[in-house]
Amino acid sequence: MAMFDAFAAIVRRDLVLAMRRRSEIANPVLFFILVITLFPLGIGAQPKLLQAIAPGIIWVSALLATMLSLDSLFRSDFDDGSLEQILLSPYPTSILVLGKITAHWLTTGLPLLIVAPLLAVFLGMPNQSLSILLLTLFLGTPILSLIGAVGVALTVGLRRGGMILSLLVLPLYVPVLIFASNAVEMASTGLPVTAQINILISMLLMALVLAPWPTAAALKMSINS
Amino acid sequence: MFLVPDAVVRFFHRMASPPHFYAFTEKLMPWLVVVFVLLVSSGLYGGLYLAPTDYQQGDSYRIIYIHVPAAWMSLFIYVVMAIAGAIGLIWRIKLAEVVLISSASVGASFTFIALVTGSLWGKPMWGTWWVWDARLTSELILLFLYLGVIGLYGAIDDKRVASKAVAILALVGVVNIPIIHYSVEWWNTLHQGPTVTKMDKPSIHVTMLVPLLLMALAFKAYYLIAMIQRARVELLQRERNSQWVKNKAVEVDGL
Repeated sequence: MAMFDAFAAIVRRDLVLAMRRRSEIANPVLFFILVITLFPLGIGAQPKLLQAIAPGIIWVSALLATMLSLDSLFRSDFDDGSLEQILLSPYPTSILVLGKITAHWLTTGLPLLIVAPLLAVFLGMPNQSLSILLLTLFLGTPILSLIGAVGVALTVGLRRGGMILSLLVLPLYVPVLIFASNAVEMASTGLPVTAQINILISMLLMALVLAPWPTAAALKMSINS
Repeated sequence: MFLVPDAVVRFFHRMASPPHFYAFTEKLMPWLVVVFVLLVSSGLYGGLYLAPTDYQQGDSYRIIYIHVPAAWMSLFIYVVMAIAGAIGLIWRIKLAEVVLISSASVGASFTFIALVTGSLWGKPMWGTWWVWDARLTSELILLFLYLGVIGLYGAIDDKRVASKAVAILALVGVVNIPIIHYSVEWWNTLHQGPTVTKMDKPSIHVTMLVPLLLMALAFKAYYLIAMIQRARVELLQRERNSQWVKNKAVEVDGL
């Protein structure tokens, strides 16, 4: 149980830290809303068109919002040295890393779910696809955090890691984008989406099992440099 | 290890040492060039001159002698990179790291060639330079993965650390490539009908197939040449303070 305690301690610590710096929670959400507001302004306020591209817009914006929030995952711990302490602890690094990713998702991924219904209304999405949108966000954003953790662990030691991070992470986000936005699109036309949801679940499970390892290895490498 | 003959094991152990690799590849290089020239000249002669004109596509199908081998190489080299990365991470063999990073730019070039020739081929066949065809799209994403590897390596100053980072990235990438490929394929079949991508594929005739295989081998030989040349330069740079490089420099100066 000691391992689970360590996991819970990391989650609790990161949640407390996040509550003390609320702007870090608000920023990705505001970015998400802003980007989605820009689309009708850029494309024109034609309800039919907006409705057709709404799943894609929401999902691409969620991708970008998650990617921008990734930097906060290890940055402050890296700067003040607590990351070294985490790596020195007797518990498996991958478990502790999973704790950090969990806390990160709770503070950046979950808020996206909360504002998503509002944005769905903005874009005129039909009601029957709203629950599927929330479900895909619920399954998909943790995958984005898990995959993104690998990229941010590789680049945390760099001064200007931002541009390179997007190059590393965005190609790996493609499958999530495809299946999630397609599920929402299918749902809005009333078609069954079980296949897409099942694939998202399997991707989430795979990411949960596989992603913490390279993240831990990459963090060790970044600390040693 | 007992499955592998002793001589092979010894050969690999010797190759892991930079001076040995440098000396061995110096002798190997002329032979590789000869093999490449023979393969590429016979492949091009067979493909552009001997092979018959396609009854549907005319002569424009002949671009496959560049396009298909390049596309094969783009995937092959990424797998080589991942294997080299795993060897580098597990056994800490410097040479594997050098092979990984020397392969990256060659692989990116082949991916780029596959994309460009694909789009040149698409213009007469499909009437447009670019379609969001499943293969083209996953090839494009593969190019981004290559550029990520090159970019990450360039961004980290300490090259030993950079090699490790790149090895982790290559391994993560190789797990994702099949997922990306199949998701793109699935996406494609849903978003557009098969009217564009479905070309009648007549089972390929032997006179067309043989040059294609020759070209594939020629590209493999070219990859070896380009990768080894880069690896040799990279080794000299990394080992510039070691005795064997200094001896080499004195040798060259003496001439």
